[in-house]
Amino acid sequence: MSSVAIIDYGAGNLHSAAKAFERMARALGGVDILVTADPEQVRQADRIMLPGVGAFADCKAGLDAVLGMIEVLEEQVIRGGKPFLGVCVGMQLMASEGREKAVTAGLGWIPGAVERIRPSDPQLKIPHMGWNTITKTRPHALLEGIPDGPDGLHAYFVHSYHLVTEDDAMRIAITDYGGALTACVGRDNLFGAQFHPEKSQALGLRLIDNFLRWTP
Amino acid sequence: MTLKTRLIPCLDVMNGRVVKGVQFVDLRDAGDPVEAAMAYDAAGADELTFLDIAASHEGRDTIFDVVARTAEHCFMPVTVGGGVRTIEDIRKLLLAGADKVAINSAAVNDPDFISRAADKFGNQCIVVSVDAKQRLTERVGGDNRSEWEIFTHGGRKPTGIDAVEFAARMVERGAGELLVTSMDRDGTKSGFDLKLTRTIADAVEVPVIASGGVGSLQDLVDGVVEGHASAVLAASIFHFGTFTIGEAKQYLRDHGVDVRMDKALQELARP
Repeated sequence: MSSVAIIDYGAGNLHSAAKAFERMARALGGVDILVTADPEQVRQADRIMLPGVGAFADCKAGLDAVLGMIEVLEEQVIRGGKPFLGVCVGMQLMASEGREKAVTAGLGWIPGAVERIRPSDPQLKIPHMGWNTITKTRPHALLEGIPDGPDGLHAYFVHSYHLVTEDDAMRIAITDYGGALTACVGRDNLFGAQFHPEKSQALGLRLIDNFLRWTP
Repeated sequence: MTLKTRLIPCLDVMNGRVVKGVQFVDLRDAGDPVEAAMAYDAAGADELTFLDIAASHEGRDTIFDVVARTAEHCFMPVTVGGGVRTIEDIRKLLLAGADKVAINSAAVNDPDFISRAADKFGNQCIVVSVDAKQRLTERVGGDNRSEWEIFTHGGRKPTGIDAVEFAARMVERGAGELLVTSMDRDGTKSGFDLKLTRTIADAVEVPVIASGGVGSLQDLVDGVVEGHASAVLAASIFHFGTFTIGEAKQYLRDHGVDVRMDKALQELARP
């Protein structure tokens, strides 16, 4: 039996994330999905998922407020090499810093900053909200089997900021919205998705399935 | 630009039951909002909106269960509107699995509520319902006021508040999206109020969902092309089986509106 810890730090709607993970875990068999605010349970888990909605600074403050959580994440993900998936603001928190409202330090796992979206076409609405296709900029196990490009599957995005990586090699996929926005980032055992896999129907469920099978 | 126009079916729910009959062939129970939601999900709806029209407090509690059960089966965004008045209402709906809440009367009565809600949960989950009707009275305030005023209580109660000015103010307060409903057109099947939709969509930075009055598939196209809406919402054309989600999407695509037409998970081969 292996296990996935979905970290509960008061940043949004974990019910749908848990249900999507449970559905794919059921199909795979032998995987436990655990929604938890307890660093000790996160330490015990085989895979770790960090969700997050709202503002960067609020989410970071929320994560900081869970005693010992960031230490366990550093220990298990960075030093321990456990598969990690950040989603939406949970993905943005992997950056060096966020520049929403104030400048806030992130986890610093993916060098880069989270910056306001500035589409070339001023008519485009902010937030970037709804279904968009993605384009893989490098192959990745978590995007395997997911058709990309203009005729590919769609992912559900809701965001006004995106992670601008310093190192191009850590940008795994982009989406087009009056210019390229970062859709996925990654390195080693770390992966982040700006869109919501748990709300992205076929594309999202496949990504979750890939994560449950991932051996980085 | 590859962001797609969203097609959003709306289900009116009272005491845990769909109010208008939903004509899906394969449903065991057409009155169960969760079954209807699953059918819309399978048909390729881009989001789903539940409008809770329950009047009583006891009736309202059933919506939490509806949302929670929907979230177990449908992996798409869900918005819940109707009777959202407190931070606690929002918290309970989001915990049950809703992604967004649509707020109407509470936003009109206390605009600061939108600021507090957006600060607490993020702009992305706060939708303000702009229920507007042509002014019946003189334009109090002079020529800089628009043709429409805000109504509450399902379109029964005029407020005298200018609809376009209200929409802009709600976005400043933190609304991440506006659901613009023409109360003149609602239920008439004569199409969206395109001038209202366009005037608001052009005045704000956030996406606008057009609502109220859809009777034909061309109405959906018009809402996007002429109304400048980012999403179109309809209830009865889908409820009564006049059109399917698939037919609506095909029509939109054939008329130059970019929509999402994805394959189901089962079709994604795993070697």
